Amino acid sequence: MANDKVIHLTDSDFDAIVFKASVPVLVDFWAAWCGPCRAIAPVIDELASEYDGKAKICKMNVDENPVTPGKFGIRAIPTLIIFKDGKVVEQITGAVGKAAIENVLKRVV
Amino acid sequence: MAAALYASRARIKTLLLERISPGGQMLLTHWVDNYLGFPEGIMAYELVEKMAAHAKRFGIDEMNGEVVSIVSEQGGFSIQLANGDAISTRAIIVATGANPKRLNVPGEQGLTGKGVSYCATCDGPFYRDQTVAVIGGGDTAVEEALFLTKFAQKVYLIHRRDQLRAVALLQEKALSEPKIEPIWNTVVESINGEDTVRSLSLLNRVNGVRNELQVNGVFIFVGLAPNTSFLPPEVRRDEQGFIITDEWMKTSVPGILAAGDCRFKPLRQIITAVGDGATAAFSVSHMLTTG
Repeated sequence: MANDKVIHLTDSDFDAIVFKASVPVLVDFWAAWCGPCRAIAPVIDELASEYDGKAKICKMNVDENPVTPGKFGIRAIPTLIIFKDGKVVEQITGAVGKAAIENVLKRVV
Repeated sequence: MAAALYASRARIKTLLLERISPGGQMLLTHWVDNYLGFPEGIMAYELVEKMAAHAKRFGIDEMNGEVVSIVSEQGGFSIQLANGDAISTRAIIVATGANPKRLNVPGEQGLTGKGVSYCATCDGPFYRDQTVAVIGGGDTAVEEALFLTKFAQKVYLIHRRDQLRAVALLQEKALSEPKIEPIWNTVVESINGEDTVRSLSLLNRVNGVRNELQVNGVFIFVGLAPNTSFLPPEVRRDEQGFIITDEWMKTSVPGILAAGDCRFKPLRQIITAVGDGATAAFSVSHMLTTG
């Protein structure tokens, strides 16, 4: 059921995609072994469709990409970071409902 | 999920309302070794996926939403959701579970996600070859301390009493694990660090000695707080908020039932939650047919 509108980031393309975006960017840092990450995956998929064109909805697998999570001091997943104009607007740790994520997204788009 | 399964098989029109998605606290653990029918144990999220598929097999409606309040109306209840929607129903089974309790010490909130964790399976791999502390002495604390030994080079198990509360088998495993060092009779007074956890300030409750313990992370498993604050005051609860029911899972309000960890009960496990769910659905079926 994965949504192909979700952008899968890597350590090598993170800066280009996130920092040079013309719209706000949400990055979901996740891993396959993390239950709560699985729980919010459908929400991320839905947001990618609903915010298509208004925000970039991205995911980064922390197992495959060890560099970027370290730069943001991530020691817990899922962590969602919302960027606007290349700056961190909000960081959400742990599985939260769709409404909580949308509250932040609505503020920045 | 068990309530939905039993209700749908009783041909009751059933809505499974989830805040995020099915699984709850099961998603906070890695492995389940004590659910009957899986003699080799099973990955927790795999069990969640199997249960969710099973719950849906006989036909239920599903919706995501956060319940804000429940209002009585003619012939039943109106469930008010955070997005403004409302659902009318004749009966409600509250199976909202519980969340890990906070320690409520300085530093805890600010450092959550920066070294303070309530989920070893989520965050344990970030502590490879580092030193962590686990707070608590129950089944969850001991089980997660054992899980963390896969990653951390040292796991302090800090407990306020002089012996663990966990089931005997887990105690034996933990106390014979060389990476785990118990610290008895000790409470955490604060969690220290700026951008990340650096140390814990500890107090020995017996001799009054204070000291500081250097750690990279701290995992807190000191019990559960039920998710029951949205319920009307007429639904009787104990002083911690756990819902009081009878053996039919009926609460003090006719038509509102409760099942699982949100209920006042002696043992909170997957196996007991599933039993509660089946009983609650049976109870609703009985109520709807006998009036």
